[in-house]
Amino acid sequence: MTYPALATIILMPPVVLGLATVLTWVERRLLGLWQDRYGPNRVGPGGMFQAVADGTKILFKQDWIPPFADRAVFVLAPVIGMMTVLLSFAVIPVTMGVGIAGDMNVGLLFILGMMGLGVYAVVLAGWASNSKYALLGGMRAAAQMVSYEAFMGLSLLGVVMMAGSFNLHDIVAAQAGLWFIIPQCLGFGVFMLAGIAQTHRLPFDLPEGENELGAGFHTEYSGMKFGMFFIAEYAGIVLVSSLVTTLYLGGWRGPFLPPAVWFALKTGGMVVFFILLRAALPRPRYDRLMALGWKVLLPLSLFNVMATGTILMLRASL
Amino acid sequence: MLDTLRTLFLTALHAFHRRATVQYPEQKPYLPPRYRGRIILSRDPDGAERCVACNLCAVACPVDCISLQKTEADGRWYPEYFRINFSRCIFCGFCEEACPTYAIQLTPDFEMGEYARPNLVYEKEDLLISGSGKYPGYSFYHVAGIPVPGKARGTSERERPPVDLHSLLP
Repeated sequence: MTYPALATIILMPPVVLGLATVLTWVERRLLGLWQDRYGPNRVGPGGMFQAVADGTKILFKQDWIPPFADRAVFVLAPVIGMMTVLLSFAVIPVTMGVGIAGDMNVGLLFILGMMGLGVYAVVLAGWASNSKYALLGGMRAAAQMVSYEAFMGLSLLGVVMMAGSFNLHDIVAAQAGLWFIIPQCLGFGVFMLAGIAQTHRLPFDLPEGENELGAGFHTEYSGMKFGMFFIAEYAGIVLVSSLVTTLYLGGWRGPFLPPAVWFALKTGGMVVFFILLRAALPRPRYDRLMALGWKVLLPLSLFNVMATGTILMLRASL
Repeated sequence: MLDTLRTLFLTALHAFHRRATVQYPEQKPYLPPRYRGRIILSRDPDGAERCVACNLCAVACPVDCISLQKTEADGRWYPEYFRINFSRCIFCGFCEEACPTYAIQLTPDFEMGEYARPNLVYEKEDLLISGSGKYPGYSFYHVAGIPVPGKARGTSERERPPVDLHSLLP
């Protein structure tokens, strides 16, 4: 193993976790900005150390496991949530050189698999909590994520067909001329929606649904176990944003600036867009979410696969 | 679809709006003169206490946070002690409405936080101010028809001398 690869392996998890932690503050400041207020601005310059203060607080909170919960699964669920997100980052190519396994030949499938496993975190958390709101949240999570996962994969097929590879390096390389967001705009839209649903972010945060379910699947969680769900959610935002960057926005490609900066800029822009979605849109009703998924987005992604395939075959035959 | 994008755009535009927050400890909010904050006891224009210890404020108080004891001196009533427990007070202003002499008044001040609960019990010397508060120039004994030392019956403002019932003259 080469020395830089080892360094990336050691550095990646803390960097991702740090980013996710800082993101909690960024999100609150941005929400404040769009809601004509300030958000946390007292701890450190601009409130920058608010995340540290929150983390310290949550570390000292009592870590309580309800007596009626299924203990082993209850403890396991946040670990799964955290682990799958962190593992997914292994195949994200930040630049040509930076990234643990960016050259993995089934990188995209690996990420889809990890996202599929991530569902277990939410479902098991809801189930093991053994309380009605948590169960309802877990049930919603299962239905929502399983159905959105179906066409998340399908929407990515267009990209895979155009690049001719599951390797994320190759996919970025294939976007040398034109970013995939233009030929694959349909797939991009579907993947965005599926990505929001997958990270259960607003407006698709029905598993959490704090208005009607308390806090949904993590109602019974406290202390650092809740913190792990929280951080995993923000790491998930970074993950989906960097995935969108890699698959549709040309990855690290861009003029003048160094590649890593381009990657960070694009990913940051996507993260800000995610937060804007939260600031702007209300949560849809549960049945409408499912109806949108199965009746609109699934046919759209199938059509996208068909159209992309047809055009590619016509082009090849010419 | 389009209205969703419009919503996103309009929300993003809010980045350029003025923020509604008042950064409190540095920036003070405007409090109107009738704001119901810290309770005070005011004085007459001539410097005497307005409170006549009638107990109406204590009766009106829904949380029973006012406690006082009547005493007499110089032919009029005074509170011997006057105590408001601000850890109970809900700042409803009923005491101010009940007061017949404008003695008890609520002021636009709410910065009375304490670390120890007993410090929130204000005694009469904490409550009394030197001025006449919201009603300058008002003096209960100059208006009321009660005789006090130095003011005979029928000599108050806007008061006619008492009618002599035994006289037939108009």
